[in-house]
Amino acid sequence: MRLPTFRGGIHPPESKYLTENKEIETLVPRGELVYPMSQHIGAPCAPIVKKGDRVLAGQKIADTGAFVSAPVMSSVSGTVKEIGNRMTISGALETCVAVESDGLFERAAPPRRKDFRKLKPAECIKIIREAGLVGMGGATFPTHVKLSPPPGKKIKWIIVNGAECEPFLNCDNRLMIEHPEPIIGGLEICLHIFPEAKGIIAVENNKPEAIMRMSGELSKRRGKIGVIPHKVKYPQGAEKMLIYTVTGQEIPPGALPAEVGCLVLNVSTLAHIWYAVTDGVPVLDRVISVTGDAVVSPKNIIAPLGTSVRELIDAAGGFSREPARILSGGPMMGISMRSIDVPIVKGTSGILALSSKSAPTFEESNCVRCGRCIAACPMGLWPSALDRAARLRQYSVFEQNGGMNCVECGSCAYVCPSRRFLTQICRDGKAGVVAERKKQKEGSAKR
Amino acid sequence: MNTPLVISSSPHIRAGTSTREIMANVIGALVPAGLASVYFFGQEVVAVIAVCVASCVISEAAWQKLSGAKITVSDLSAALTGLLLAYNLPPTIPLWMGAIGGAFAMIIVKHFFGGLGQNIMNPALAARAMMLSSWPVAMTTWTLDGVSGPTPLAVIKLQGALPSIADIFIGRVGGCIGETSSAALLLGGAYLIWKGIISWRIPAVYIVTVAALSALFGREGGPVAEVLSGGLILGAFYMATDYATSPMTPHGQIVFAFGCGLIASLIRAFGGYPEGVSYSILIMNLAVPIIDRLTPPRVFGEAKRHAAK
Repeated sequence: MRLPTFRGGIHPPESKYLTENKEIETLVPRGELVYPMSQHIGAPCAPIVKKGDRVLAGQKIADTGAFVSAPVMSSVSGTVKEIGNRMTISGALETCVAVESDGLFERAAPPRRKDFRKLKPAECIKIIREAGLVGMGGATFPTHVKLSPPPGKKIKWIIVNGAECEPFLNCDNRLMIEHPEPIIGGLEICLHIFPEAKGIIAVENNKPEAIMRMSGELSKRRGKIGVIPHKVKYPQGAEKMLIYTVTGQEIPPGALPAEVGCLVLNVSTLAHIWYAVTDGVPVLDRVISVTGDAVVSPKNIIAPLGTSVRELIDAAGGFSREPARILSGGPMMGISMRSIDVPIVKGTSGILALSSKSAPTFEESNCVRCGRCIAACPMGLWPSALDRAARLRQYSVFEQNGGMNCVECGSCAYVCPSRRFLTQICRDGKAGVVAERKKQKEGSAKR
Repeated sequence: MNTPLVISSSPHIRAGTSTREIMANVIGALVPAGLASVYFFGQEVVAVIAVCVASCVISEAAWQKLSGAKITVSDLSAALTGLLLAYNLPPTIPLWMGAIGGAFAMIIVKHFFGGLGQNIMNPALAARAMMLSSWPVAMTTWTLDGVSGPTPLAVIKLQGALPSIADIFIGRVGGCIGETSSAALLLGGAYLIWKGIISWRIPAVYIVTVAALSALFGREGGPVAEVLSGGLILGAFYMATDYATSPMTPHGQIVFAFGCGLIASLIRAFGGYPEGVSYSILIMNLAVPIIDRLTPPRVFGEAKRHAAK
């Protein structure tokens, strides 16, 4: 049978074997946990606690009134040690709340059981907002915003993103294998919010155990949910590619998934929706694949948010060889870190330590016009032309050629035999277009 | 952790294939045709190949040295141009002419236009065209087993007795060094398609167009002899597919290859030359910017097409 997929894409070495059969282990953090105020797309939060305050696990420590935002909780009980600038995964200094754990993990609210079916959709969305839920696949878009599509847009499909197409990562895979119930529970909550929608669980075909476990769990229940295995290809987990694979619809440039009646949620996000709505537990921890060829024993770890990356690497046995790059996320879209003394956040799906052998550095050479970037681009763009426009700062040409559609998946740069920094330059081009637009807006405002 | 970490923009891993590896693969694919040529034409072809390759590599290095650019001969593209140039010359060509051809290809055709990937014409073919107009006799003297004689395409043009298809296929006919054995060239071409270095589109469309038009024009010898004779197989698999001088998108490649087939057939059937492959590719090379502009890929989610660049 031919499995559904999308146009373009690449097949990087999966490197999943390092952690795919490793059961999720729990990490108990020592000492200090650090919570950046901006762990999501949208307005950053402001601290609502003071230095010296005692906080409990699950207690809200930062929030904002902005709609596109999500509150931050303390993941442990302890004392607020400091509120100030700390380095985060991106290497930038950001306002953070540091909490010294007392090791008791005293909960702010006792766990409770609630039947979500007795709640109104609006109440569910409110709980989800208050639980600090964001897209846990890495995009960190606030979930309550996603669950509030513009009026008039009917949601017909809720797609569960279990593609996990990034090489090395297995956090979603292991979650589907070990905890299918909360994922499907979370999906049922979303279907309760959108009663006319159909649930589809989309999993890449290289995760047979996850597909089996999810289907097995579904067979115990009744409802409009199906599992769709699809072809293994990067970037299958990109929202637009996944919607196309599952429904055959292309989202028009600049539009949201709701435009084509879709809503895509990551498996980990759904599990947290379930914990938030039925158990009253906000987002306090997440599963992280700590892997790469430079760690001693790669594993999947569930760790409280705010734990330092150093502790995670120590939990995986430390470094086995000199790491050349340490990444947050996968090798295709992850962020390279300057230091490992930074806290994990809601969007941290993996910590990857790669040696210079597996992630060598390259020098650029001339474009030979081989066309591999065009064939690889899932968005149907012409990366080498965008590269040229962006380097020449011809931002209007960049925009005309559809550069703003770039999803920064990295496929073009991955395949480029001249090792050109296509994705990086596209990012620059997009930023250039945005700056240009802003300038124009200001210019016309003056006039 | 003693050395500082590498800070990079994603992606942090790259595919194995490098420009050098691509060039090396094309050179490797051309080896069987070279061996066949030595077998049919004798050892003098080795000298022609050596001189052309050396001339290209030395010219590129010297130009880059003089112009203060980074010397990039290790990417093997100059060596490949030299090899292709030699393959487009008669076995009896005086070696000094080959050397001048190589220097012309590298300096004037390639580096005057900006070097690798920037040239607007195929360097080897442009050099051949220059040589053909400079030294017409030396460039059109074809020998086989020490005897001068016309190529199969010249035979068709002059309406003489054509060699057997089998001889044309394995290469027991007069012609340029590299074009003689279609069998060896097809072997290498199949390897390149299998390795994903070239797509099937350009060679297939080019060859099918020539075959169809030769039938339409009622050429003597029939489509099979037409396709296997002359430089078509060499041109279709190795010259028209040159990345720098062919369109980048699948649609553009089809348009380009059809144009090549059309022009080659017109020259062969109605032109003054018996062979039209190299001119067809050179002419279509010049059309590549406009073909690229008219055949951009379709942006995901977009119905309309925008012009590229």
